[in-house]
Amino acid sequence: MHPAPSVIIFTTLSGLGFGLLVWLGLGLLTPTGWVAFTFFTIAYLLAVGGLMASAFHLGHPERALKAFSQWRTSWLSREAWLSVAALIVMAIYGAGLVFWGAVWTPLGWLGAALCLGAVLTTSMIYTQMRTVPRWRTWLTPALFLALSLGGGALLAGQTTLALILLPVAAILQIAWWVRGDSALARSGTDLATATGLGDIGTPRAFEPPHTGTNYLTREFIHVVGRRHAQKLRAIAFALGYVLPILLLGLPLPHVAAALAVLSHIAGILASRWLFFAEAEHVVGLYYGKRT
Amino acid sequence: MTSLPTSTQRKLGLVIDLDTCVGCHACVISCKGWNTENYGAPLSDQRPYGADPSGTFLNRVHSYEVQPESAPAQLVHFPKSCLHCEDAPCVTVCPTGASYKRVEDGIVLVNEADCIGCGLCAWACPYGAREMDAAEGVMKKCTLCVDRIYNENLPEEDRVPACVRTCPAGARHFGDFADPDSHVGQLTAARGGFDLMPEQGTKPVNKYLPPRPRDTLGQTNGLAPFLDPVAQESKGFVAWLDRALAAL
Repeated sequence: MHPAPSVIIFTTLSGLGFGLLVWLGLGLLTPTGWVAFTFFTIAYLLAVGGLMASAFHLGHPERALKAFSQWRTSWLSREAWLSVAALIVMAIYGAGLVFWGAVWTPLGWLGAALCLGAVLTTSMIYTQMRTVPRWRTWLTPALFLALSLGGGALLAGQTTLALILLPVAAILQIAWWVRGDSALARSGTDLATATGLGDIGTPRAFEPPHTGTNYLTREFIHVVGRRHAQKLRAIAFALGYVLPILLLGLPLPHVAAALAVLSHIAGILASRWLFFAEAEHVVGLYYGKRT
Repeated sequence: MTSLPTSTQRKLGLVIDLDTCVGCHACVISCKGWNTENYGAPLSDQRPYGADPSGTFLNRVHSYEVQPESAPAQLVHFPKSCLHCEDAPCVTVCPTGASYKRVEDGIVLVNEADCIGCGLCAWACPYGAREMDAAEGVMKKCTLCVDRIYNENLPEEDRVPACVRTCPAGARHFGDFADPDSHVGQLTAARGGFDLMPEQGTKPVNKYLPPRPRDTLGQTNGLAPFLDPVAQESKGFVAWLDRALAAL
């Protein structure tokens, strides 16, 4: 799949923002006044900034409101509802903390649940795709949720929680990579089933429909060199998981936490780039690009 | 709503005969010609005369080589357009309801006024049947020439999809698969029409007919004995040359 910067930024930043809002909503930290204002501003900049970035990859962003209509079948529509609901509920909860120093616990819990729902629906947009075997596993929502909660804990300054959740996310990440590497081969879809010519013999793409590129080859057939991918995985793993965990053990809490957050974001951006770039869409078979 | 209809009254679709297709790409051109000036936004081209031309097409012809275990390789031309699946995954993922499957004839269409160009339907399609138009920012796909097949302003023989009408080899057939006695129903039954990627669970309406079995090497014609050389003994200069060379 084409690793579009808008979608990589969206899934990474929104996940972090919603993760921070979950911990705020659950009341693990109940800042008030200006401190609360700062926490909520960071969370909203990440969550809303991510959502705005995702709107950039639409062909017609001015019609985005129509995307709320098909929640009965479409995960994208459900994501739209849950993100907006989460942002509204958490804005009211945040206003209570900022202006009145009031902790409206039930509202916070509702907001936290909606934030988790928003992250879950985002991940389900990818998980539902039977056409991309690498994504179609329960590990995808598990990884998205673990990263959102772990990164959120990092942002919220919840060191103990982060030290539990980041290793969990790291294990899920490795499991997701290992499973993904053989997902297409195990999916049962190959050029023989794509063309139906397997009964005659072994098919091979002989000539593409045209000499140039098209929407399909640009959007779905992104080929990453294997060595390149392994290096990026190492970078993503070191920056996203290992370094933040090590930094949290340092004596300078604020500086270390800030560095840990930056390192985590950089690592997860790399991991999310690979999430798209390495994903093999089965339409690539028709173009002879999946052998 | 982008829920799929539980059943459709008719199942209009195409039979594509891989035995007959000669790979001339006439269907590609007639499809682009008809659909760029009729239903919906035109099918744009980007840099058509430049170094890196690209464009939107609803029908494309691939070519595959098949290597049987003990026979010469075969070349199969392979036209591919929307298969108008019964369980169309492209429809249910649409967040706006722009994609829908018609209850009356099963055609999968895009209401372009509702399309936000998110591209998710193209992600969900395993066949690459949907292409986002780079100029319009909306999703384009085969309409089964819905503006031809019911069009009473056209002569009756033209009320079929443009690709079917134009195919010089007769490799494309249009009809109603809900009726087993229809032309396409009978062709599918007689020739063993098959689905593309059945494991994806999309239940395509369009069917492909496999190439017929080819002659094999060593299989001789009944007339072959009559083709044996008439003159077994050479004479004259050639005979001398033959003997001289053999003696060397």
